[in-house]
Amino acid sequence: MSETKTKQQGAVQTTGHAWDGDIQEFNNPLPRWWLWSFYATVVFSVLYWVIYPAWPVGKGYTTGWFNDITYTVNGEERSRHWNTRSLLIKDMQEGKEALLTQEYMQKVEAADYQQILADPDMMTFVRSVTKGLFGDNCAACHGAGGAGVIGLFPNLADDDWLWGGSVEDIQNTIALGRNGYMPAFARTLNEEQLDDVSLYVLSLSGHEVPADKLMRGKQLFTGEAGGCYYCHTAQGTGLKSQGAANLTDNIWTIADVPSQAELAGKAAVVKEVIRNGVNRVMPAWENRLDENQIKLLTVYVHELGGGQ
Amino acid sequence: MKFKHESIEINAGLLIALTMVVISIGGLVEIVPLYFIKDTVEQVDGVRPYTPLELRGRDIYQREGCYLCHSQMIRPFRDEQLRYGHYSLAAESQYDHPFQWGSKRTGPDLARVGEKYSNEWHVAHLIDPRAVVPESIMPGYPWLMQPLDYADVADRMRALKFAGVPYSENQQEFDANVEKFGPDVANELNILRAESNLVQQAQSANYDGDRAKLTEMDALVAYLQMLGTLVDFSKYDEGYFAEFR
Ligand code: HEC
Ligand code: HEC
Ligand code: HEC
Repeated sequence: MSETKTKQQGAVQTTGHAWDGDIQEFNNPLPRWWLWSFYATVVFSVLYWVIYPAWPVGKGYTTGWFNDITYTVNGEERSRHWNTRSLLIKDMQEGKEALLTQEYMQKVEAADYQQILADPDMMTFVRSVTKGLFGDNCAACHGAGGAGVIGLFPNLADDDWLWGGSVEDIQNTIALGRNGYMPAFARTLNEEQLDDVSLYVLSLSGHEVPADKLMRGKQLFTGEAGGCYYCHTAQGTGLKSQGAANLTDNIWTIADVPSQAELAGKAAVVKEVIRNGVNRVMPAWENRLDENQIKLLTVYVHELGGGQ
Repeated sequence: MKFKHESIEINAGLLIALTMVVISIGGLVEIVPLYFIKDTVEQVDGVRPYTPLELRGRDIYQREGCYLCHSQMIRPFRDEQLRYGHYSLAAESQYDHPFQWGSKRTGPDLARVGEKYSNEWHVAHLIDPRAVVPESIMPGYPWLMQPLDYADVADRMRALKFAGVPYSENQQEFDANVEKFGPDVANELNILRAESNLVQQAQSANYDGDRAKLTEMDALVAYLQMLGTLVDFSKYDEGYFAEFR
């Protein structure tokens, strides 16, 4: 050890300071490859300053040379020095994916719903695009497969529609949003009346209920005391214009009837809904999604629920 | 005196001070010019400071560490534009102290989550995320249904005013806000009316679904529902915001 030390000390300069008496620091020249790489980075940075926006000058900055990005806005050509926002505009207009999507989007725009539904090629496109669109925007409420959460968000994958299952209805629902509203009957009806009308509601979907309660419930449902028929119609099939549930089909969107085995339990969950009313909001999407996206989602939801 | 390495190397205090000077140069040359370049903050209508209720919501957002999983910065890339909407503007966080841009996305970006979902969804989701999104890994925050402490909201606004946010405390500042933001917003920015403004917003919008109680949920949902909604992008053409870069 001590031999090599002395040898190197002879060959190479030291920085000249000694610590604790004899600890010294060599002053070796930098390796060649390292030095040249360093000079290369210096040259690179000078080129970078020339080509990209770099130096602040007063209230602006050097924008760089030979780096213009050209794109069209409102039919007029615009050009701007290199920046990520202009790059995005160009990418959205002329990028590889953008051109591919555009080609199909133009077809979608030109076609009506019947044509889209009948064209297998376009439907493949619809499915691939809406997978992302539905996942990003709708799945948080309606669930990844559209099954919803009972009481909170309706099932889109069944063929029971609150607001109508035609393409026009679905499109309106998505673009403008909906507010499913039913008043709370906690003050207007007493406990007994609530019991009676709940049983009557269950009878509409084929449940066996005691005859005396049924009569009183029916009077409430179809008379002025309850006024249920305003929205649900006297038969209980529900007015689409009100988004009122069809009570005759044994498909439940708010009252979790299927979770209950006994009639008493079923009546209790229905009663809670009538007592507390319903107020749930489907947001409007026309400001967030463009017309074509809404059109694609309409086709997707229509297919999901086996539309009307 | 001739300069020698040794004089720095044997003086620990000087070594630390000079090291700090050297490593801050990188930060300074990137940040300082932005204060002087006139295009840093875009000229755009609609951006305003938070109302007292939103401000409390933002404080709760920070207290609960939502920023650890959620960014609030949509970058100008195709995939982000398609998923989240228009890229974030510098102008949109000009009243944020500190900003919530973040860089960790365990959950989705929230910069434009405002008005995307209903209040009911937010409440159900914050109490128990898996009740509405079965595959979610977000923790639940059921304690947000506790009453909101808003006794110090005026002081919180004063602190931000000190950092440059235009909340008003006298007639002159109020008039300036009316000029800049219009009478309705100026009223919300009036520190002297902070508490009554807060209560009024919570009661009229009823974010948590319980009109009788003013909870932390009211404040947090009020904040979430305004995120990214202040700028009306339909008023500007596709190329407008690129002109600022
Ligand atoms: C904030 C939660 C939420 C989100 C997000 C949401 N919805 Fe809804 N949606 C609802 C609620 C709640 C209803 C029921 C409204 C009612 O009760 O009348 C509904 C109803 C609907 C209906 C009508 C169902 C029927 O039976 O008539 C359709 C169609 C629909 N949503 C499609 C979508 C699509 C497509 C998206 C994504 C772009 C979406 N929803 C996003 C909450 C949501
Ligand atoms: C103002 C209109 C309106 C009136 C009046 C009304 N309802 Fe409703 N009802 C609705 C709407 C709308 C829904 C569906 C809400 C939704 O899906 O968001 C509904 C849903 C229901 C449900 C839940 C169905 C399900 O699938 O879970 C029951 C039960 C019900 N109503 C019973 C009644 C009874 C009984 C009365 C009278 C006492 C009544 N409604 C009066 C509008 C009304
Ligand atoms: C452990 C990480 C984590 C934390 C902490 C967290 N989140 Fe989340 N968040 C997620 C994930 C993952 C999702 C996506 C799944 C879902 O919707 O629940 C999400 C989704 C969301 C969404 C829906 C976004 C969208 O566009 O669909 C909102 C709003 C939200 N979180 C708010 C919050 C708030 C407010 C807090 C703080 C109180 C918070 N999160 C804390 C992970 C987190």
